[in-house]
Order: sequence, then structure tokens, then C-alpha cells
Amino acid sequence: MIRLENVAYNYGGGALFTGVSLHLEPGSFHFLTGPSGTGKTTLLKLCYGELLPTSGRVQLFGKDSAGMNRDEVALMRRRIGVVHQDCQFLDHLSVAENVVLPLTVAGRANEVGQDLTDLLGWVGLERQASQLPPELSGGERQRAALARAVMVSPDVLIADEPTGNVDWEMSQRLLHLLIELNRMGKAVLIATHDLNLIRAAKAQVQARVLRLQGGELQSAGAEL
Amino acid sequence: MNKVFALLSGDPNADRAVPPTGYTARLTVFTAGAMAFLAVFALSLTLATNRLADRWSSELARTATLRISAPADQIDAQVRAAMNVLDTTPGIATARPLSTQEQQDLLEPWFGPDLPLESLPIPQLIEITETDVGFDPIGLRARLQVEVPGAVLDDHTRWRDPLVQAANRIRSLGFVSLLLIGGATGAMITLAAQSALAANGQVIRVMRLVGARDTYIARAFVRRFTLRAALGALAGTLLGLVAIALLPQGDTAGGFLTGLGFKGAGWLWPFLIPPFAAIVAFFATRAAAFRTLGNLS
Repeated sequence: MIRLENVAYNYGGGALFTGVSLHLEPGSFHFLTGPSGTGKTTLLKLCYGELLPTSGRVQLFGKDSAGMNRDEVALMRRRIGVVHQDCQFLDHLSVAENVVLPLTVAGRANEVGQDLTDLLGWVGLERQASQLPPELSGGERQRAALARAVMVSPDVLIADEPTGNVDWEMSQRLLHLLIELNRMGKAVLIATHDLNLIRAAKAQVQARVLRLQGGELQSAGAEL
Repeated sequence: MNKVFALLSGDPNADRAVPPTGYTARLTVFTAGAMAFLAVFALSLTLATNRLADRWSSELARTATLRISAPADQIDAQVRAAMNVLDTTPGIATARPLSTQEQQDLLEPWFGPDLPLESLPIPQLIEITETDVGFDPIGLRARLQVEVPGAVLDDHTRWRDPLVQAANRIRSLGFVSLLLIGGATGAMITLAAQSALAANGQVIRVMRLVGARDTYIARAFVRRFTLRAALGALAGTLLGLVAIALLPQGDTAGGFLTGLGFKGAGWLWPFLIPPFAAIVAFFATRAAAFRTLGNLS
């Protein structure tokens, strides 16, 4: 579904990383880890067409991202759910309206129905449905972002530090939701510093751990 | 037609996705209103000069005046001779000496009502009306020179043409004013739309993140600015019409300025201003939206 082949990305006059290859297949589960500033978020952005590589090739659902026009990128995004580190909500809309936003912009708002109630129940936010995003706690925002990301039943779920602002209990809850999605056949890619989260995931699911360091992407060692 | 209906009915969900745009919305309404108010006056000026040019052309084009200056004891004989010439000139429909009262009325605005016309050497005027074919002024002047030495033919061309030309110039200026007003409206709405789009950069990023196409994002802004421009222009137009209606009415002594306004079906012309403002706003916002969205990518 998503293939990065020998990708390099330059930033600030130098190479952030080079020679990166990555394949996300249906049902795969990847963790992306590494020190801050090595380009994890940039690599994720390449995976959902927010950025284009300096060299190499990024294929999104069989199409080269460099050759996509803005409409094609928009349609492709409906197949990729993204959970940002800072969540990125429309603060003037309620949690429920934010969660259904992917359907709204696709002109399918009338299809919401019971799905929204079920989805909010799944992430434990039924009572917060009518609240505004600034009124939510960090964990609630992460769960709302996850609910929004899966609203259109995407093929791929990409999360950038989804447990960065939450306690251990909440991070376990979020991990459980991500593993559930993966068991439904979704490809999952999570960027995180949280080694405990990776260990907890590996105990439950076949996950591949990648480490971005020194400008190269490598498989992490057996210590994880 | 379906697109126009879709624009007017809108998508409530899409509209909700873009937050209220505050001062830019008020700026758009005010700008459209002010420009529409000015456009009503420019339109009124254009139509008034149009009427004036038509009137001057039609009233003066088919008439001429023969002025006979002669000693008092010869004037009747010269008038009879002139009438003989005029009656036998092809292209002249009627020729009629003005009565003393009519000449008195003509001079009254300058000399007052008590002018002793009989005791003054005032020339006798003969009003000539042409047929559709018209007469040959050169030939007529030549005949008059021989048969009525005191007669001077004025076919009005000398002063009618500059007046009609002046009226046409004013009409052109009115059209230019309307174009400038339309252009200024478009420019102001473009600035307001760009400002609103720039202020909503985060909203646009989030909408793109969840798969919104540029047309979807642009439509929410375009509809908002189009409707506001139409609303403002409607208010400005109505105010302008009220102001025009309250102008002093024209009368025979009023002249051009008091004749500024609309006549009959002409009152309907200003109602084209709000749809025109909406069209200008639609294209201005659409261009600004796609330009800004292109720059944000």
C-alpha cells in the first residue's frame, strides 16, 4: 500500500536521512523510533503525502506521490488515518463534529448514524461528544484524534507519538485500540520514543521496530 | 443553474467547518454596500446624461431658426419674403413666425416680464421644422441672401453638436465610473478573502489532513463572501435609491442636476447591482482562494 524506495530528504541544507526503504502492507504493524530530530515526523509525512522526497520514490496505493496533484492527494488521504502529536482539531467544532470531519469533507456526512456513537463509545468519549477540543484532557484529545483517524475506515493508520501526552494507563488503552485496528487488517505505523509501549505491543502483536538514527533507517535490535 | 442553486443553498457542514471570519466579513458587507451606493449614483448619472443627449439630439435635430433683422418699417415685408422662400424650399415641413408673446416668453428669463418688445429692435424669429429628408442649408442660405438680405439661418448644428458630444462624454465617464467601482469592489473583496484564508491557515491544514479537496475548502469561503457581498450591495442599492428618490424633482427651470435620477423602467436598473456585486465577489474570492490554497501546499 505504501512503499518508500531509497528515499532521501534534505532539510536545512543537509540530508536528514538517505537510503530509506519501507513497505507498509495490509495487516502490518511497525514502530518507528529514534532520537529526537532524526526525522521521524518527516518520514511519517512522506508516508501520507504531506511532503515529497528529495530523491527516491514514495508510492502511495500504487501511485508516485511526486506525480499526484492536490485532488489526488486529498483522495489518497481518505485512505490514510493520521493521528498527530498535537492532534490538530478545529477548535470551534465539537468533538463529535471533529470526529466526523473526514466524512463531512468527503460529502458523506449523512452516512454517520450509529457509527459515530459506536466509535465514540469505543474510544470512551461518549460524554465528551458535545464538548469543544480545548476542553478535553491530553488523553481525551489523543483518543478523539484516533477516532477521527479511523472514521472513514482507512487502510493505513499513522500515528505520531500518540501516547506522548498521556499516562501509562491511557497509553495502554490507546495501544489496545491500535492493536484492535491492526487485527481488522489495517496497516499501522507508530512513531514513538516510548520503549515500554513497544514492548507491550510486541507482547500482543507481531510488530516490526525500525530505528531512524544517523540519517539511516535500520531494524531495531533484539533488545526490544 | 444547479451550481448557482448549490451556491445559494450551500452545505451547512462545510460552512460550519470554516469559523466565522469576524472583521473581514463586516468589511466585505460594508465595502459592497458603499460601492453599491456609489454605483447607484454613477448609474443614475449615466442614464440621466443618456436621456439628456437623446433629448438634445431629438429636439434640435429637426428644427432650425430664421432670424430677420431689419428696420421696423421693412420687417413685415422681409418676413413675407422669407415665408415665400421657405414655403417653396424642399425639405421644410412647416415654417411659422413666432408671435410677440412667444418671443416675450423667450426673453423673459433674461430681461423679466415687463420688456416693451414693441419699442425695441428685436429681430423676428421664424421656427422651421424639417421633413424626414431635411433641407439643403447651403442652398437655402444662398436664396435667402438674395431675396431676404436681413435673414440669418441657424440650423443649430453649431451648438447642438458640442452639447451632444459633452453629454456623450459624461455618459462614458459614468460607464467608466461603474467599471472602476466594480474593479474596486473586486479588489477589496479579494483582500478580505485573502485575509480570511490566511487567518484560517490551521483550519485549512486540518481539513486537508482529513482529505478535503481544495474545491471543497474554497467553496465554503466563496459562498460566504459571495452572499455577504450580495447582502451589502442590496443594502447599499436600497439606500442609494432612497437618496435618489429624495433628490429635488426636475422641472422646466431645473436643468440637468435636478433631472438626475431614474425614469419609469429605469428604476429597475439598480437592482442589477447586487447580483453584479455577487458575481464580482464570487470570482474574486474564488481566484483568491485557489491562489492562497496553492501557496499553502
